Amino acid sequence: MRSLHRYASDALVVVMVLHLLREYIKERMRGARSFSWVTGLALLWFVFASGISGYWVVWDKFAQYIAIATTEWLDSLGIFAEPIARNFLHDTTLSGRFFTLMVFIHIAVPLILLFLLWVHIQRCTHPKVNPPLGLAAGTLAMLLCLSLAFPAVSQGPVNLNQVPSVVSLDWFYLGLYPLLDRYSGQFLWSLLIGGTLALAILPWVPYRRRQPAAVVDLDNCNGCNRCAADCPFSAVTMGPRTDGKPFEHQAVVNPNLCVSCGICVGACPTSTPFRRRTELVPGIDLPTLPIREVREQTLKVCAELNGDVRILVFGCTHGPNLQALQAQGTAIVSLNCIAMLPPAFIDLVVSRNHADGVFLTGCRQGDCHYRLGLKWMEQRINGERDPFLRKRAPRERIVQFWGGAAQQKKLIEELNTFRTRLLKLQEATRANTDRNVNSSTPTVVLDG
Amino acid sequence: MVKALQYIGQIIAYLCFAIVIGYFSSAPAYIHLAPNKALVKLSLSHAAQHQTECRRLTAEEIAELPPNMRRPLDCPRERLSMLVELLLDDELLFHQLVQPSGLARDGSSTVYERFPVEPGAHKIVIRLRDSPRSTGFDYELTENIELAPKQNLAIDFKVETGGFKILQ
Repeated sequence: MRSLHRYASDALVVVMVLHLLREYIKERMRGARSFSWVTGLALLWFVFASGISGYWVVWDKFAQYIAIATTEWLDSLGIFAEPIARNFLHDTTLSGRFFTLMVFIHIAVPLILLFLLWVHIQRCTHPKVNPPLGLAAGTLAMLLCLSLAFPAVSQGPVNLNQVPSVVSLDWFYLGLYPLLDRYSGQFLWSLLIGGTLALAILPWVPYRRRQPAAVVDLDNCNGCNRCAADCPFSAVTMGPRTDGKPFEHQAVVNPNLCVSCGICVGACPTSTPFRRRTELVPGIDLPTLPIREVREQTLKVCAELNGDVRILVFGCTHGPNLQALQAQGTAIVSLNCIAMLPPAFIDLVVSRNHADGVFLTGCRQGDCHYRLGLKWMEQRINGERDPFLRKRAPRERIVQFWGGAAQQKKLIEELNTFRTRLLKLQEATRANTDRNVNSSTPTVVLDG
Repeated sequence: MVKALQYIGQIIAYLCFAIVIGYFSSAPAYIHLAPNKALVKLSLSHAAQHQTECRRLTAEEIAELPPNMRRPLDCPRERLSMLVELLLDDELLFHQLVQPSGLARDGSSTVYERFPVEPGAHKIVIRLRDSPRSTGFDYELTENIELAPKQNLAIDFKVETGGFKILQ
């Protein structure tokens, strides 16, 4: 169990650093998401404090090294009236009370960590805190095998009269400790505090103007709650009606939390491109890419389509390079997030024959830039989430490919496969039509 | 076939992850102190004498004080800085005038220093001055010691036990 605990805590450091890197590389810490980034940085300190205090309570030679190095490092802050490292001067100066304190710290710090984790995900709706079952089982099996093959063993009993000169260091938690033997404790504090502050300002460096938040049009909002239910960042809530219309609620956007993904627009039942009698203004819309413009662009690019098979690709700006898909018979409409697309647009394109097929693409499965875009889109198409894609839309003419930017080659293959499929469908339809025409054509018998 | 390749890929990924965790969890070993060295650790926490002696207040001065703060003596809190010296084989390893702790400079003066030294026989001299005297020391200890490799020799100070004490 101890080995499992140790290796699992090491794995935590690895995945935590990978998570941090991924969020940075994919720029998922800007704007409203900076809250999660900054609170996540605080978590780093608590994870390391939990790990280091855990090694301490084992009280072997390694713990002796950690206890002395840590207390000497803490003493370098100069805030303690008496150096706490003096506790480990000699067996006679060591008090059992100190270990009671350490056990308490090793329990209290992870509990605070848990509370901070809750804060960390406060601005994320539908947070996924449990890994997929397969991943959890695989990781557990891997850690169990590792624990059995290489059990984490104690490094010998403590002897304060002897210096633990050579220690098997856990580099995940204590990788910076060797610096304490070369530089001052204050230097390491400066390095860590400076490093944390440098990371903390990353969401604003370089400065980029935030996209304007989604806006609610009360004339078209009936307070149906779909936008609030689909917003991945709690930016849309339902508030009491303010315009006297006979609805109980209205959508309210908090601009500070809005990331301008447009998922709310895709969820709004008034974002229907079939609306012709009045101007297409939905209950909630993005100022930078109004749904009216999306319809205009969709119809425009469809009108320009030619060739045997006409495919319209709806993609998101965070997914694959859509421009690389430009080819004869393929038109592109790019959106902030694929879930910004109301399903009625797909229906419009395939049912009204603006194109032969619709190809939907975006981020990699499980890695949506706006967290829930793919999930909501799939559920809308499968009829599991409002607004649904109407049943009349022929599913064989719609393809979803969630490969992200890394699977550009596979994307082109999928698109070509779809083109071939559509071609066969067309041939089959043509053959059916011909057969029907032949069978319905009256046979003229010429006498004589 | 593709499924089988996926499983193999996953196993390789788990294996790589396990190797990274398993290795860096305890390796490479770190040499905190060369095994052929010993360590002398000087640590003390001691409140030096007050900078000024207590002065008996006059009856007038006591009368001027608020009733709840009247006392016969005026004792300034500030303490003297403490001079500490450590010599090993007549070589000065440490010499420092240590300030008292606290904003009012009324706390203990503390020292915590580590000195990696060669093992073997040594003569150690440790001195401390905590009074207003300008020369000499109030506490001094001279001792011949034999240090083994990796030995941690701690020097502590407690007035109650007569001053310096070598813990080994």
